Amino acid sequence: MHVLLFSAVVALLVYFSPDPKHETVVLLPGPDGKVGTVVVQRGSQRAVLDKPYAASRSGEAVQLSEGEVRREFGAVLSALPPRPMSYVLYFIAGEDELTDESKAELRRLLDELRSRPQSDIVVIGHTDRVGSDASNDALSLQRAERVKAELLGLGIAAARLRSAGRGEREPLVRTADGVEEPRNRRVEVNVR
Amino acid sequence: MRWMMAIGILAVSAAAFAAEVGEIKTASGTAYLEREGARLPVRVGMQVRQADKLVTGADGAVGITFLDNTLVSAGPNSALVIDSYRFDSTTHAGKFDASLQRGSLAVISGKMVKQSPDAMRIRTPSSVLGVRGTEFVVKVADPH
Repeated sequence: MHVLLFSAVVALLVYFSPDPKHETVVLLPGPDGKVGTVVVQRGSQRAVLDKPYAASRSGEAVQLSEGEVRREFGAVLSALPPRPMSYVLYFIAGEDELTDESKAELRRLLDELRSRPQSDIVVIGHTDRVGSDASNDALSLQRAERVKAELLGLGIAAARLRSAGRGEREPLVRTADGVEEPRNRRVEVNVR
Repeated sequence: MRWMMAIGILAVSAAAFAAEVGEIKTASGTAYLEREGARLPVRVGMQVRQADKLVTGADGAVGITFLDNTLVSAGPNSALVIDSYRFDSTTHAGKFDASLQRGSLAVISGKMVKQSPDAMRIRTPSSVLGVRGTEFVVKVADPH
């Protein structure tokens, strides 16, 4: 009788004690198969996830399969926004006009905008490494503003458009400082 | 006088822009944002701000695209707080702290993590996740 009562009390205590929550973290491969790293710090425990579908379940290392992850996380994964698309436009040197290739790219960009009515757009200017950092920051923003004005002129709503200047920080082609490189003088459009 | 007004308007609109850190891109079922004590029903196109708390119901799911292209979604029965977010679109320097109190979360990290691998941190009730440029999912569930 006493044993039974004792068990019942223990069971009640266990049931109502503030159990730590069950937590699962799973690393996923990117679309190109590349995998990054997530570090899970749980008190003094530290788990490093760096393989596809490697998981930590409340501190315990587990290897899951793609199918298991789809089943368990299907709802949240399907709510992810679409990945941003990037379009790169070049101008004819010293002119305000896009190259022929870039005119075709601009048409693809406009198609993408139509197929994504909820999208917003970030126009990002880049320069080559001729000139100072400050002047390149200003020039890259100026290039971005020019393309933004063009998109406004094509009827894209101002509320959907943002601009940014990256200066010479993100060259497509690496060069020494002071080197002219037309492929780096570009404007990138992110459709998000 | 007129140019002073113009600068004033520019400053105000820049500040309003800066307060917005992301945009709701997908929304289904019951979901709202808690902001300054108010409950705002979530709809696509709505702007997300620092300190917002996203809450979803049993049928709810929401996806957000942040300024630096970080993609985040919350699944059903979730509570996610955007503790702090800042991003410099010129240098890509930034900081992103969020807390998943319950439910599920999916993340595809963006430009700030590419720039500095320690820029993004996710807290759960018992863990802190450091994100080194990657895609991952998290679930916080009651054991019962």
